[in-house]
Order: sequence, then structure tokens, then C-alpha cells
Amino acid sequence: MSAIESLRLHSPALIIAIPLLTAFIIPLLSKIIGPKARNGFVVAVLTGVLALVLLLAHDVITGGTRTYVLGGSTPLLTLPSGYQVPVRIMFVIDAMGVFMGIMCGVIALVAAIYSCMETYEGLYKFYTLLLLVTTGIFGLVFTGDLFNLFVFFEILSIASCGLVAFKIDSPMSMEGGFKYMVISDIGGLSLLVMIGLLYGQYDALNIGMLANRMDYGMIDIIALGLIVTALLMKSGSVPMHMWTPDAYGETPSSVTIMIVGASLSSLYALFRICFTLYGGFIGINVAGWIIVILALISILVGVTMAIPQTDFKRLIGYAAVAEIGFILLGLGAGLASLSGNSVDAYGIKAMEGSIFHIFNDALDIGLLFFVAAVVSYATGQRNLNNLCGLGRKMKYTTFLFIIGLAAVAGLPPMNGFASKFLIYESVFHLNPILAIIGILGSIMMLAIFVKAFSGAFLGPPVPELETYKKVPRSMLFAMSIVVAIIVFFGLFPDLIVDNLAHPAAQALVNHSEYISHAIRIGGV
Amino acid sequence: MIGSLLSNAGVWMPLAWLFVLVVTWAIVYYIRSRGEARYHKDTEQVRPFLAGHPETSKAAMHVRASNEYWGFMEALKGYYHPLIKGHTGNLNDYICWFTCILAIVLVLVISVGV
Repeated sequence: MSAIESLRLHSPALIIAIPLLTAFIIPLLSKIIGPKARNGFVVAVLTGVLALVLLLAHDVITGGTRTYVLGGSTPLLTLPSGYQVPVRIMFVIDAMGVFMGIMCGVIALVAAIYSCMETYEGLYKFYTLLLLVTTGIFGLVFTGDLFNLFVFFEILSIASCGLVAFKIDSPMSMEGGFKYMVISDIGGLSLLVMIGLLYGQYDALNIGMLANRMDYGMIDIIALGLIVTALLMKSGSVPMHMWTPDAYGETPSSVTIMIVGASLSSLYALFRICFTLYGGFIGINVAGWIIVILALISILVGVTMAIPQTDFKRLIGYAAVAEIGFILLGLGAGLASLSGNSVDAYGIKAMEGSIFHIFNDALDIGLLFFVAAVVSYATGQRNLNNLCGLGRKMKYTTFLFIIGLAAVAGLPPMNGFASKFLIYESVFHLNPILAIIGILGSIMMLAIFVKAFSGAFLGPPVPELETYKKVPRSMLFAMSIVVAIIVFFGLFPDLIVDNLAHPAAQALVNHSEYISHAIRIGGV
Repeated sequence: MIGSLLSNAGVWMPLAWLFVLVVTWAIVYYIRSRGEARYHKDTEQVRPFLAGHPETSKAAMHVRASNEYWGFMEALKGYYHPLIKGHTGNLNDYICWFTCILAIVLVLVISVGV
């Protein structure tokens, strides 16, 4: 077996193992090779991991769902002879999993590059937490086992909590970390209770096996209600969104994009549980309509609460709540039109838009947080009332902010427009009011960032901002990478939708294929 | 065509849109270049005339962020007052909302599914 074939075969395990091991090596390595080499090492590791994810993605998109089993005689042996239930740790990677994997790989790499300028004391701990968050997201989106989903959810939550509260000398940061910890724990406990209920019923933890055995009785429905609500809260849906500005606002800005990614991976878990595990449940359409209603409220409350904000990062935090609403709108529309193993054409398009918007949200909101961090770094201010005329001195940052503004507001030809275009045109057929509220939300989103742009970047130079720190190149480089991807996704949306989002939507809808891969009798 | 995104109801062609944008920009630039030739930047002719009053410093005239959309928020005071009041920042309230939504979701899902 050649090295490439070996890498291809073991890529699911390596993608999770490499950042996990690196996370624990980093503190030691920091003392030996120094901070600069350590930063370069982390960036190199995450570049390698992204390459592995792309290799795996190519494999899955061209060859179909991949399974990988730990502890068996061969990693492809899902169910050894004589076994009725898959008992080993198993990864089941379909198109949805690799889509999320690519998103995680990209944002982790960008966050690592951006973090090279951070000057926090104990930065090696910072990188350890960043790599653990990355491991958690990869594990969560690749696993085919509910208990491992819980384990990776916890790894992700604990490491994210550490990042939110990383600035231990700031009371606000500690408060944000505490709130994040409580919210994550409720999410984790709900997931654990759900797993307990299902395990008690079906003697299985494997998602495919559970989906195959499930008869949608009362206990299963209670488990569904519990986990849907918990994951909606963890992803920041209104009215359980109030922790998001608190947490996003206090996280070190270089890794806020990873905390956004953590919320989006909760949405992935919601997609997976609703479609793969409960796809055959007759009441799933009702869950879809509940999600649609919460999505609309999230859009409206997110944008209207962003308007009075004067703190740059809290303003973006509320905009992120509205963005979650757009994703939930597509998901809810898909669920509402789900019937057995199929969704009507508009439901599929809504899901494609929603899945595409997950990546776009991470990029757009991540870029805006980066810009807010650059402004804060350069001027020492994040209160928009104290900022003015930055466009005259920080021309490149201003340009990047305009791109982020256009992308998040869904202005053509940016990526946000492409995904929202799919969502609006599809949900219109479900009910025109949904599209109208969505478009209203987009317009208000533009208004929010016009306010931020006008307040911070327009106007004359003011004496108190005459002296400002030069922005490090690593920050500008990381933001430039994000902008390049945003523009590419905007100009060539069909490449992403046709090659990634469409297969991902199909993989979710056609849950019987996932089940058949997970419980392939007899093995390979 | 590369770059064309098909929905079930229409098509989005960002490259065509970009082409139209570039052509529009070229036309606007051409019209601008045919404009007033006697305009000189940073001279007396561009200073504002405020009925004889001295001009306030530009920094003082800049509308700060919290003053923007003042009218919008004033008009929607009835909406904003309870909304902002509801965002207490108190973790107990966050959990309370979770409990309420959990109860509603369970009632709805159970009533349909069983």
C-alpha cells in the first residue's frame, strides 16, 4: 500500500488524532523551540490536517460514505461475524460530515495564523485549547456513535469554555466563560439523558443501528424534544441566545471564529439527529415548523438587538444570532417537507442553501470579529462611540470590513447572497411570509453594519485616535485568506453547492444509506 | 455555465452581475471625467457656507454610532423596551427560557407523534 493510499485509508483517524496529540505536545514544545517556531509548527500541523480533510472529502464525494472502525482487524470492518450490533468506536463520514470537516479545517487554520500575533501570557495553553476545539469539532462531525458524539461534544465545550475565559484578568471574560460553561453543560447533560433513554430502549449507541431499530415511541419522542431544544440553545437560537453576545464578545478575537464554529457544529448535530436518527418519525415535520418559527424569531430579534449595541463585538454577536436564524430557516424548511427518504425539490434547495450558509456564516462572522479585533488592537477601543475616521488610516482593514459587511448582509456577488438566494427562493414556496421576513432580516443586517462602518471608519480623524498601533501582518494575512474564500464562494457558488452542499443535503435526506453503511452485516 | 447557481425558481449568475457592475462603473467614471473642470480640491471654493457662522470642527459634527437610528428606535420604543428589558444578562433567566421552550417543544412533538 502506497503512502497516499495509507493516508487515505486512515485519514478519518489521523484528522482527529493529529490535532489531539499536538494539543498536548505544544506546552512541552513551547519550552524547547520558542514561541515563533511553535506558532509555525501549529500552522503547519493544521495545514497538514486540512490537506487530509480535503483528501477524505475527495474520497467521500467520489466514492460515497466512508466508515472507519477503531480496534478491529481492519478499519473497514464495521460488524465482525457473529456480532449483532456494532460495538467499536466507529466513524461514519458522509458528505455532510466532510462539508463540516472542511469548514472546521479552514477556520482552525485561519485562527492559528491570526493567533500568531497574540501576546497573552501562557500562549501555549491558548494553542492547546485551540487544537482541542478543533479535535472536538472534527470528532463530532465524523463520529457514527452517539456516545462518542457526547464525548466530542464535551471536549469541544470544555476547550471552548477555556478559550472564552482565557483572559483571566478580565471579570467580563470570566462571566462569559461561566455562562458558556453552564449552557454547554445543559446541552451536554441533555444529550447524555437522550443517549441514556435510547440506550435503555434499544441496547445500541451506534447512530445507524439506533435509526434502524427506532420505533418512535413516547420515550424516543421525549428524547427528540430534549435534544432539539438543547442543541438549539447551544447553537444560539432565540430565545435561548442570550449567552452568545456574552461569550463571543469576551473570547480572544483570534479564536472567536472557532467559538462560532463550535456553535455551528451543534447545528450539525441537530441536522444529524433530526434527519438520520429521526428521519422516519412522522412528527418530524412538526419539529421542522418549530425550528422555522424559532428561526424567524432569531432573525428578527438578532438584527433588532444588534442595532442599539455600541460594543463592536457584541454587535457582531447579535448579528451572529440572526445568521443562525437563516441556517435554521433552511433546516426547518427541509424538515417540514421531509417525507420518508425524500424531500421535495424546494426542501432540498432550502437545505443546500442552509448547509452552504453554515460555511458562509463561519467565514463572514469570523471575518467581522477579526476586523473588530484589529480595530481594538490598533486603537485600544471597541466602543463604537469612541471610534471615528479609521478609514483614513486603516485603509486595508476598512476594505476588509466592507467585504465582510457585504457578505454578511447578503449583498451580491458575495457568498452570503448565494446561500440566502437558495434559502429565500425555496422557503417562499413553503410560505411567502418566510422569505419576506428573511429578506427584511437581510436588509436590517445591512443597516447594522452600515452603522458600525459609519461609526468607526467614516468621519474625520479625531485627536484621541491619532496614535495607533501598527497591525501585524499575520492578522492581515489571515483576514486576506478569509476574504479570498468569501469572494471565491461568491463568484463560483455552483462549485460549492454542486460538489459539497448538494451531496451533503442528499446524504442527510437519504438516511437509509447512512444506516446501511453503519451496520453492514459481516464486515467490510 | 460556470458560476451559475440554479434554484428551482431562478438562476443567479454572479459573473454576469460582476460584468454589468464593471460596465456601469466605467460609464459612471466616464461621466465623472466629463464634469466640472474648475473644481479644485482643498481650496476656498469647497468650504461650506453656513449663513456666515463659523464651521464647527468636523470631529464634533460626526454622528456617533449610538445616535444613528435614533428615530428608528424611538418609533419602535414599544418593541424595544420589553426586548432590552428581557436581556437581563442573568444566567437564571437563560435557563428559564430553555425550560419554557423545552416544555413547548415536548408538548407539540408528543401531541403529534403519539
